[in-house]
Amino acid sequence: MLLKTLTEAFGVSGQEQEVAGILREQVSPFCDKVEQDALGNVIAVKSGNEKGPKVMLAAHMDEIGLMVMFIEKSGTLRFRPIGGVDPRVLVSKSVYVGKNRVPGVIGAKPIHLQKREEADKPFDIDGLFIDIGAKDKDEAEKLVKLGDGIIFATKYEDIGNTRAKGKAFDDRVGCAVLARLLMMEKRWNFTIQGVFTSQEEVGGRGAQVASYRLEPDMAIAFEGTTASDVPGSKDHLYSTSLGKGPALTHADASFVADPRIVKRLMEVADAKGIPYQMRELTTGGTDAGRIHLVREGIPAGVVSVPTRYIHSPVSIIDKYDFENAIKLMAAFLDSIEERGLPF
Amino acid sequence: MATIGLAEFLSSIISEPGASGHEDKVAAVAKKKMSGLFDEARTDALGNLIMLKRGIGRAPHPRVMLAAHMDEIGLMVTKIEDQGCLRVTQIGGIDRRILPGLEVTVYGRRKLPGVVGAKPPHVQDPGEREKSVKWEDLYVDAGLTGDEARELVQVGDIITFAQTPIRLQGKFMAGKTMDDRAGVGVMFECLRTLRDMRHHADVYCVATVQEEVGVRGATTSTYGIVPDVGIAIDVGFGDQSSVPEYQSISMDKGPGISIGPAVHPVIFERLKTIASELEIPVQTDPSPYPGGTDAFAIQIARGGIPTGLVSIPLRYMHTAVETVCLADIERAGRLLAEFIVRLDKKYVEGLKCF
Amino acid sequence: MKDLLKKLVEAFGPAGNEGPIREIIRTEVEGIVDEVKVDALGNLIAVRRGQGPRIMIAAHMDEIGVIVTHIDEKGFVRFSNIGGISPFMLIGQRVVFANGTLGTFGMEKLDDMKDLKLSKMFIDIGAKDEASAREKVAVGDIGAFCREAHFQGDRVIAKSLDNRAGCAVLVKALKELAGREIPNQVYAVFTVQEELGLRGARTAAYAVNPDIGFAVDVTGTGDTPEAPTMAVKLGEGPTIKVKDSVVLTHPRVRQFMAEVAKKKGIPYQFEILERGGTDTGPIHLTREGVPSGAISVPTRYIHTPSEMADMNDIENAAKLFVAILEEQLDAAIL
Repeated sequence: MLLKTLTEAFGVSGQEQEVAGILREQVSPFCDKVEQDALGNVIAVKSGNEKGPKVMLAAHMDEIGLMVMFIEKSGTLRFRPIGGVDPRVLVSKSVYVGKNRVPGVIGAKPIHLQKREEADKPFDIDGLFIDIGAKDKDEAEKLVKLGDGIIFATKYEDIGNTRAKGKAFDDRVGCAVLARLLMMEKRWNFTIQGVFTSQEEVGGRGAQVASYRLEPDMAIAFEGTTASDVPGSKDHLYSTSLGKGPALTHADASFVADPRIVKRLMEVADAKGIPYQMRELTTGGTDAGRIHLVREGIPAGVVSVPTRYIHSPVSIIDKYDFENAIKLMAAFLDSIEERGLPF
Repeated sequence: MATIGLAEFLSSIISEPGASGHEDKVAAVAKKKMSGLFDEARTDALGNLIMLKRGIGRAPHPRVMLAAHMDEIGLMVTKIEDQGCLRVTQIGGIDRRILPGLEVTVYGRRKLPGVVGAKPPHVQDPGEREKSVKWEDLYVDAGLTGDEARELVQVGDIITFAQTPIRLQGKFMAGKTMDDRAGVGVMFECLRTLRDMRHHADVYCVATVQEEVGVRGATTSTYGIVPDVGIAIDVGFGDQSSVPEYQSISMDKGPGISIGPAVHPVIFERLKTIASELEIPVQTDPSPYPGGTDAFAIQIARGGIPTGLVSIPLRYMHTAVETVCLADIERAGRLLAEFIVRLDKKYVEGLKCF
Repeated sequence: MKDLLKKLVEAFGPAGNEGPIREIIRTEVEGIVDEVKVDALGNLIAVRRGQGPRIMIAAHMDEIGVIVTHIDEKGFVRFSNIGGISPFMLIGQRVVFANGTLGTFGMEKLDDMKDLKLSKMFIDIGAKDEASAREKVAVGDIGAFCREAHFQGDRVIAKSLDNRAGCAVLVKALKELAGREIPNQVYAVFTVQEELGLRGARTAAYAVNPDIGFAVDVTGTGDTPEAPTMAVKLGEGPTIKVKDSVVLTHPRVRQFMAEVAKKKGIPYQFEILERGGTDTGPIHLTREGVPSGAISVPTRYIHTPSEMADMNDIENAAKLFVAILEEQLDAAIL
């Protein structure tokens, strides 16, 4: 299953090759050209009418994770986060180190040996380390290298009736939406530039260079976005809720969506009876933030699959939201064929 | 023709002022001291010094860009007080705790020596010593009266550290602005090495401006040069007490070669392989965040540039006594020269796709 | 100038919704320039063709505001900021939306006023329930403050002097130059989304591809009681920017601007803005780099609905622009 394969793949920012390989293999039979650039973006083109517009669809391949910084004499590993990781979620988790997936655990001092006040303070990242079971530095060095990425060792699984848990739904769920669109037999009468981007979590770097090169007429980024519909959060701070459909963005910290694109998305959703919700918080950013400022400006929008516990070892989505995101985007692409770009 | 050695070259360029946005003097000296090592040089709109050494053989030549920033952190006059004291702000990131009692040079209508005012212990309030001095309480005293100051100094004038170069034991050297004039030293060493070698690639050595305020010079110079390969040369945290081992690289054990998002993995591997073949000591320098050096900007210029990052271990970063080991600079220069002579069309094209 | 400024500051134009400002400016400049166009992000570009280097002059049209994020079952409207807004500044203010709907700001019960955050505040548009609220506003709607401009002596108190003052300066300068031969081609760009991260200027500068750039915006002052150290005063002339968070003006550009001001007898001050930035930032980093400068109008209480500036500074900023554009800029700067 594509979503499972994608979320379990190894791909911290700057080390997306495994994810890229999976996606290339999946979409190549359906595309006219699939290539990678100097930053590792996978660019999959479905050509349409030459005179027609170029629509860029983007989803980022990279995930947040850790990097091996130093190997101690004892063979344990010191690390630093890649992208935004809350150090408080790290303790007592299992991880894979490097592309060869050397298993490791992030240990902690037993509660028995802690002073009472220690438990009140979160663990400091400088006090954390990864144990791969190596007996010393020499043995560890045979298995891992400085600079190796580290991912959470989380399996994808269906849970509840309609939901799934896994790591890296941000943004492998977006990659799955884009791959599924590209893998449709249908061809549109305009060109689709599917871009699986690198390095979104460290600043939308892949998306920036890809959009510079491709010069699309408009762009939509697919994301796994925060759903905070959980106890302790007030309903005006949920941002999005699971099961209410894909989320559309008006504005976030990185951009203001082109209102004509948002309007068109709402129109096609309403016409087809596809549920959707508005993303209610304006924090956070996506590849669209970088794309829309490239060259002379590129009108852009974002369609997201709501995701609980984003940037943690395990997050949850509702599969209906995922399927509806695909339906919504297919309908949007059809509308471009029928009515042209929304501007 | 440059006949001077590395120590002399470094001494001359670190002695020049070059606060971000005001690098013209250091650019002029660097260009003069490197003359004979390149074929042509120009300065672009922002002041980047771009030196080109052409490759031999049939065109098209691969284009490689080396970038080391020549700007330095410094101070700027924000206000002239009636007593003649100069209020200041920082250019780039300065730990204000290093300032009290520091000697500086004010670049007013003429060059003026000055000191950063420090309140003697005798007149401090109880408890004051427990706290760092605040920016708004700092000022530069150039020994001028209010009228003299207004005559000689204006808002916006630059102030730099007055520290002269210091030769320490062995190959260790200290001074202001080793961050990143040491990197300019690497380009000097690289060009000196290339003088006796045959290379196909056109080599653009860029002494960039305004790195300390947001990698601005690298942004525009890379856009203009459009290299096939970009290598940023900067400084990395050298081992020193108070910095944990896993956040530093060792002095005198060769340059750090970065691996991380800002770096093309194939360039990282090539640099490591060459170093290993030629027995040039180097250290792997894991860099989980792409920012902090010119590589941040070079990699994402235009449609994306395959980029590498080489770092000289440096102690006491952003102080007036930044310390480096000259051997590390020589090693980095040689490594880059050996990297450049091995560059060909096939390698460069391999970098454009993964 | 007063009429133009009043029209501009009282109009509705929060970032991302600059349409009304764009239309006012379009009306003002059509006929005195050769071409007026709008780009993908909504920047208005007024072109004065001719000989000489391409000079981009920029002023942002947008103002700070709020964006609707949630409407609750009782009809209260939750919101977030568009641009830099302090929650403390909102108390007692009014917000207006594009369709004319007016609202006032309320807040949840707080034990300590220091805990006030935007997420603990809401807009009350007087709706009886969610349905009636949704008839007036929708999630994603952007609102702005509403305040009239007031002129008192040489001073003006108004909302969004940041940066309608700059817009007025550019319009005035273009009018002064109308019909006159100058040795430069002028691309006057009225930019969007400056308050959200200098966004419009970035794409516009890429498109214009200027040889030299200048922006005009407002800047803070150090002339109020216990103000932060800043050698800028109201009424002492427009400022020539030396440094802010996004630009260090090229010394040659800054020196040239000062010389022009001196030659024409226009008062000026040098400006170092410790925090904040303006369109000059993205302009000077465009493509291979663009020598750029900035002129600012000293303004007190920036990012409140009651900003204050001195009309003489605004007039002098326009004069300085005219004087600069009359110079042979390629010879002077390039």
